[in-house]
Amino acid sequence: MLDEQKVQELNDTARQLRVDVLKMLNTARSGHTGGSLSALDVLTVLFFQTMRHDPTNPHWPDRDRFVLSKGHAAPALYACLAHGGYFPPEDLKTLRRLGSHLQGHPDMRKTPGVEVCTGSLGQGLSQAVGLSLAARLQKRSSRTYCLLGDGEVQEGQIWEAAMAAAHYQLDNLCVLLDWNGLQIDGEVQKVMGVTPLGPKFLAFGWHVLEVDGHDISAINRALDEAARYSGKPTMIVARTVKGKGVPFFEHKANYHGVPPSDDELDRALEHLGHS
Amino acid sequence: MSEKIATRDAYGKTLLELGRENSKIVVLDADLSGSTKTGLFAKEFPERFFNAGIAEANMVGMAAGLSAGGMIPFASTFAVFASGRAFEQIRQSLAYPRLNAKIVATHGGITVGEDGGSHQSVEDLAIMRALPNMTVLCPADGPETAAAVRAVAEYDGPVYMRLGRAKVPCVFEEGFDYRIGAGKLVREGTDLTFVTTGLMTAQALDAACILEEGGVSARVVHLGTVKPLDVDLVLKAARETGALVTAEEHSVIGGLGGAVCETLAEGFPVPVERVGLRDVFGQSGTAEELLLHYGLTPAELVEAAQRVLKRKSR
Repeated sequence: MLDEQKVQELNDTARQLRVDVLKMLNTARSGHTGGSLSALDVLTVLFFQTMRHDPTNPHWPDRDRFVLSKGHAAPALYACLAHGGYFPPEDLKTLRRLGSHLQGHPDMRKTPGVEVCTGSLGQGLSQAVGLSLAARLQKRSSRTYCLLGDGEVQEGQIWEAAMAAAHYQLDNLCVLLDWNGLQIDGEVQKVMGVTPLGPKFLAFGWHVLEVDGHDISAINRALDEAARYSGKPTMIVARTVKGKGVPFFEHKANYHGVPPSDDELDRALEHLGHS
Repeated sequence: MSEKIATRDAYGKTLLELGRENSKIVVLDADLSGSTKTGLFAKEFPERFFNAGIAEANMVGMAAGLSAGGMIPFASTFAVFASGRAFEQIRQSLAYPRLNAKIVATHGGITVGEDGGSHQSVEDLAIMRALPNMTVLCPADGPETAAAVRAVAEYDGPVYMRLGRAKVPCVFEEGFDYRIGAGKLVREGTDLTFVTTGLMTAQALDAACILEEGGVSARVVHLGTVKPLDVDLVLKAARETGALVTAEEHSVIGGLGGAVCETLAEGFPVPVERVGLRDVFGQSGTAEELLLHYGLTPAELVEAAQRVLKRKSR
């Protein structure tokens, strides 16, 4: 349970991270706005409450691992890593630039704190399964967290990995599904229906929870419950809003892969109380 | 060249030995552990063996995660599925981050036999060779496979090793000096050089004997590492013998023949004949019938040598 002060603190952090994401994308002049903002509250709880990690020692063997399977939300991850102390916040200005350690999609060889290479959708969960198996083999208490997109579960490999995670009873694995309902070509349900999401994972042998993906307390409660649950991997289906936090980006598929213009950035920062 | 061993058998045996020596070694398979011979490891180390089921893409992703988590995974399935179905997973999850994971693909080439063209990988070496960071191996025989599997376990990085289903004659002796990236001069010669990989090295040695009877001195250079190519050894052969015949159980496009021609074009151009599949898929048949049908025989190598010698003297 988080006390009110902690909830307030995490909400403030999430607001600051949204500012970082918007500035970063505006400077880069390319990148994914909508899916970075929808995932930010979940990422905030993970990085600043739930996960055991040490930015001064990114390769600490007993750390928890995070896999951003929806790799296009890299700006949100980079904001968390910079804010968490993995690298200087000034580096965020170099997103997507030639020679930068902040690639368009997460690269474990370039960015401290990035655990695996993702971006080709559908591959992160398999890697998370492998990380969980490695932790178990080494008898470590490390947990693996993985964030999936809802459009991403259209990839068949997700279901291969879902089978494997249940088969190996990976209760050290917790997946969060960023259910914002939109993908590049429009509504997920119109492009290729993926619902019901919870019941599908339930049928694949998972422990399934559903939360409001912007409710810090609820996300934290679900992550705590997942950590206590034994014998099965946990899927937390997080209902989110694409573009969350900036009203004129919310619920809009055309902001999937579009950065904010200068004018939009000004209006967004004003809205976030950061003008 | 007395005893015949299938390279996959040498793999299974060596993997088991490695499992006893190094607790970081883990093995994955996709429901073919009896055929790929990883079953030997699975029997003794069930906790370090993961059967992904018939799901090659996930198997490669799991191998990537296991590697990122500090283990040394060996993942096996048939070459056609490893290089084909799981190509993008190998590219994105393994080769791009240069993870320490090994793909050991068995049943490579046409000598899989009766299952037919759908199961015969004739393009896997070309596909894997095109990937940055990837090391591509194609051993000639059992002893080389055993040495290569050990070297690969020591090497830090992604490797694709292609093995075969059929028993093949031994070119090398147990315990010979093996190094990833180093080709082997297996027979001296002055008139031309056979540059070969996999089971074609044994065929080339036979061809060299036939040529010798006709007064032609053929060198045989075996390249068990297709990438990185032993450029020095290839250029030396080109300079000293002036003509090359490449031979592989693979398409002539993009594999060993392609790699050798690229090297010569930039380094020391000489006439080359490429022996391999001429841009066609395989078909059902016994291994022996298929090698004969697609011209992967000592007789065809002799003819290719005679062709290249004519071009050399022009």
